[in-house]
Amino acid sequence: MTDLTKLTIAQALDGLKKKEFSAVELTKDYISQMEKNKYTNAYVLETPEVALKQAEISDKKYADNTPGSLEGIPMGIKDLFCTKGIRTTACSHILDGFVPQYESTVTQKLLDAGISVLGKLNMDEFAMGGSNETSYYGPVVNPWKAKNSSADLVPGGSSGGSAAAVAAQMCAGATATDTGGSIRQPSAFCGVTGIKPTYGRCSRYGIVAFASSLDQAGPIGKDVRDCAILLKTMSGHDDKDSTSARVEVPDFEKFLGQNIKGMRIGIPKEYRVDGLNKEVEKYWDEGIAMLKARGAEIVDISLPHTKYALPTYYIIAPAEASANLARYDGIRYGLRVNGEHLDNLYINTRSEGFGKEVKRRIMMGTYVLSAGYYDAYYLKAQKVRRKIVEDFQAAFEKCDLILTPTAPTPAFPIGDKSMQENPITMWLNDVFTVSISLAGLPAMSLPIGLTSDGLPLGLQVIGKAFDEGDVFKVASALEEDAKFEGVM
Amino acid sequence: MAIDADTVRKIAFLSRLKIDDDKIEDTKDEFNKILTWVEELNEVDTNGVEPLVSVNQTNLTMRNDVVTDGNQPEAVLANAPLQEYGYFAVPKVIE
Repeated sequence: MTDLTKLTIAQALDGLKKKEFSAVELTKDYISQMEKNKYTNAYVLETPEVALKQAEISDKKYADNTPGSLEGIPMGIKDLFCTKGIRTTACSHILDGFVPQYESTVTQKLLDAGISVLGKLNMDEFAMGGSNETSYYGPVVNPWKAKNSSADLVPGGSSGGSAAAVAAQMCAGATATDTGGSIRQPSAFCGVTGIKPTYGRCSRYGIVAFASSLDQAGPIGKDVRDCAILLKTMSGHDDKDSTSARVEVPDFEKFLGQNIKGMRIGIPKEYRVDGLNKEVEKYWDEGIAMLKARGAEIVDISLPHTKYALPTYYIIAPAEASANLARYDGIRYGLRVNGEHLDNLYINTRSEGFGKEVKRRIMMGTYVLSAGYYDAYYLKAQKVRRKIVEDFQAAFEKCDLILTPTAPTPAFPIGDKSMQENPITMWLNDVFTVSISLAGLPAMSLPIGLTSDGLPLGLQVIGKAFDEGDVFKVASALEEDAKFEGVM
Repeated sequence: MAIDADTVRKIAFLSRLKIDDDKIEDTKDEFNKILTWVEELNEVDTNGVEPLVSVNQTNLTMRNDVVTDGNQPEAVLANAPLQEYGYFAVPKVIE
């Protein structure tokens, strides 16, 4: 049997159960696909020997009729998740050689369900970036190319390696994290599907912290069903993370294909900004038409504080990051660059260990939290954050779900000048995703079609807190109508 | 609130980061650009609005104050760049 890497997780589980192929065969196919697509730089650490050993155990479990819910599924793990005995760096120089002595809760749940780990996936350093270009291990090349062009494009970020690896069939599914758009924007750029669940749905234990009030784990998969399967396993309360919610985890798969007739879909007028990319707008309108044709009710809504979401985010996220990243001092783990005194050791280590974007955000955060500026910046941003949350609460009085584009543009070239010169231009990539993060809501990006240049665009389905079920319901309807075909 | 070169140096030190002297001006300019941008927030009337710390702070629960982990000195020290006698080693801090 060939082409096992083309199977979705649902199909692969079916084939494994029916013993059409073994977990070892499936894993070997993914390993050869990883070899073939090395140019993407999607993996910063490959662990084929680990994966094969796990696959052998999976095959035994199938033989014994005791398989877990994801038995034998080969996955890639974003390098932000601590993996016991497997190097974890958050793609930062400062975590050189760090080998966690414990496993993150999310990856432990996946391991308990029977996955095999193909390796650690590339990402923006500490998840700070929208193009995967801030990684210490270099950029990821998006498997998609524009028509008649050989230019290498970014996969988006920060979960660029996760999205590119899924698109290029270098894993059956991937873990990812999202702080301001880091699951959704790369999913859109790479023509794959990803969901950032409600804040608190997944445990953050063992995920290298960036902005703790925003960080959330989620899956990137080949389709909506695979995301539903993965999210179910990844979710749930964890005593090791007090912010993980004590709410029941539904079987997300059962929402797929349900009738959406009568559902109210909100269309926020503030997202139809001046100068919105015409093709982005066209596919947004097509998505609206698809839902309408299925009997959904389209409702105009307003999220008046949308334009303030990015500046709010760029106060709150760096503030939290500056506190979280204070732990990298060269004493307990990772890089140490010696200095005569302790302070020099800290300064030398941090100056050499952190990249430009991370330093920029640490300094921003330090400034907005410093005496005399705290009220003007940090407290102000926290107040505006509440206004943004209230916008969504008011909108959800009128609608059940919200539909928007995921990103303002398709993937752009690696090294794009305007993005490199002005950090704010890069940050604008998250203009449609960031307010959802501030409000802690679940949102899924799924591919909707190709631009005239042949690049994928995504739509974003936003739900009420802990209502991922409805998000899956509507996303599966859009997926069925869009008939999107992947790059491989 | 535009910041000056001295503030950049101060913030860098608080962050325990070194900025080379020839980079101070660029850093200052970039900082001020970002600050001007985030100051758009001043347009929003937030009188009487409670700051939002986290979207689910109401869910936080207390747990019993008991030891749940520990006695793993090897694991704790496993990634130390330098360790001696079962401790993290640092440069001399007492003059």
